[in-house]
Amino acid sequence: MSLPVEHNPSYAQYAHPERLVSTGWLAENLGAENLVVLESNEDILLYSTGHIPGALKIDWFTELNDEVTRDYVEGEDFAALMSAKGISRETTVVLYGDKSNWWAAYALWVFTLFGHEDVRLLDGGRDKWIAEGRELSTGKPAVVATDYPVVERDDSVIRAYLPQVLEHLGNPLIDVRSPEEYTGERTHMPNYPEEGAMRGGHIPTAASVPWGRAAAADGTFKPRAELEAIYLDEAGLKPGDEVVAYCRIGERSSHTWFVLKHLLGFETVRNYDGSWTEWGNAVGVPIVRGEAGGALPAKRGARA
Amino acid sequence: MSALTPALAEIVEEFTEVPEADRLELLLDFSRELPELPTRLAEHPELFEQVVECQSPLFLIVEVDADRVVNLFFSAPPEAPTTRGFASVLAAGLDGCPAAEILAVPEDMPALLGLSRALSPLRMRGMTAMLARIKRQVSEQLAA
Repeated sequence: MSLPVEHNPSYAQYAHPERLVSTGWLAENLGAENLVVLESNEDILLYSTGHIPGALKIDWFTELNDEVTRDYVEGEDFAALMSAKGISRETTVVLYGDKSNWWAAYALWVFTLFGHEDVRLLDGGRDKWIAEGRELSTGKPAVVATDYPVVERDDSVIRAYLPQVLEHLGNPLIDVRSPEEYTGERTHMPNYPEEGAMRGGHIPTAASVPWGRAAAADGTFKPRAELEAIYLDEAGLKPGDEVVAYCRIGERSSHTWFVLKHLLGFETVRNYDGSWTEWGNAVGVPIVRGEAGGALPAKRGARA
Repeated sequence: MSALTPALAEIVEEFTEVPEADRLELLLDFSRELPELPTRLAEHPELFEQVVECQSPLFLIVEVDADRVVNLFFSAPPEAPTTRGFASVLAAGLDGCPAAEILAVPEDMPALLGLSRALSPLRMRGMTAMLARIKRQVSEQLAA
């Protein structure tokens, strides 16, 4: 049995309020049966310096990624990982992390590929928990292993591969990278290392909405009206649109995927995790440089 | 000729002789041991060079004295333990060494720590950039 949904008036505005929990709710429910709290960070050592009591660590690079295929783990590995963390198919999983839940949203998206039903984000993430002076622990939580079923990953609904993005051209695309990456001025995040993309720019027609704009200063998600002003009024999305979001490797766009899917209620939102490190290097696909989204290419390149 | 400083060679050995799973713990130990800045520098953020390639803010100062001995100072926030850990490895392995020894450290030294399966390429690159900037500053100061 999963845990009851938090009845929080400030979440009622969102399309799927059941996908969020507040720090207060989590503090009250820590230790509940069928609740597993997972910390997913950019900084792999951060968890060990202190985490929410009872929370376990999950790392995208060492645990959710396959070492050799540039892909996510398969069903068997995911089942083994879940079992080792004491998660069953019915467990309520609450994810949180550093940097406005950026990497926590990424983990949540991967959980969704495996159809894990009840997975929620801690609104505000690690920073909010700490800012509120809540308890941290360096203890190693005891885990009772479970027997998570092997579920095949379903890439067909919320994930887009490069050929599908080419087919999608003409429908809305959201580029969530920084403005400098979008224009092609640089191929990687400001203040981050060169990521090795051959060309700088964006996918033709993509609208630029840097992922962090969805987060308020305290790391929580902005109110729905503000999100609608950004994604609908400004970026031009319309209710019912099928949307593809991308970034550099698919992590920042998972955050935007969460916003579009669970907070604004777009039915069909896919994350293109190949993102710029694939598109920017791929042979025979078009790009656009500069601030404008650009026109649909008449010829979509050799690959289309 | 490229070679590790004796202290750095020891650290590399320390990392590679423990099982892969324990190497992150070791890096965490290093992050806790990053020396505090001396007061004369702590109050002068403008003297530091930012290593923008790191995933979290890291600032460093390289000083080469008259005897061509190099002193290194790092500043990184506690909420960036990986970055602190890398800085601490370099501080322990390079601080107080002759400039020539530091310039001889191979650019891909971070790869020798055996962390590439635990840390994404992006995470590793921050340390490579730190080393490159230290070496560049040493060369510049020797030439000045």
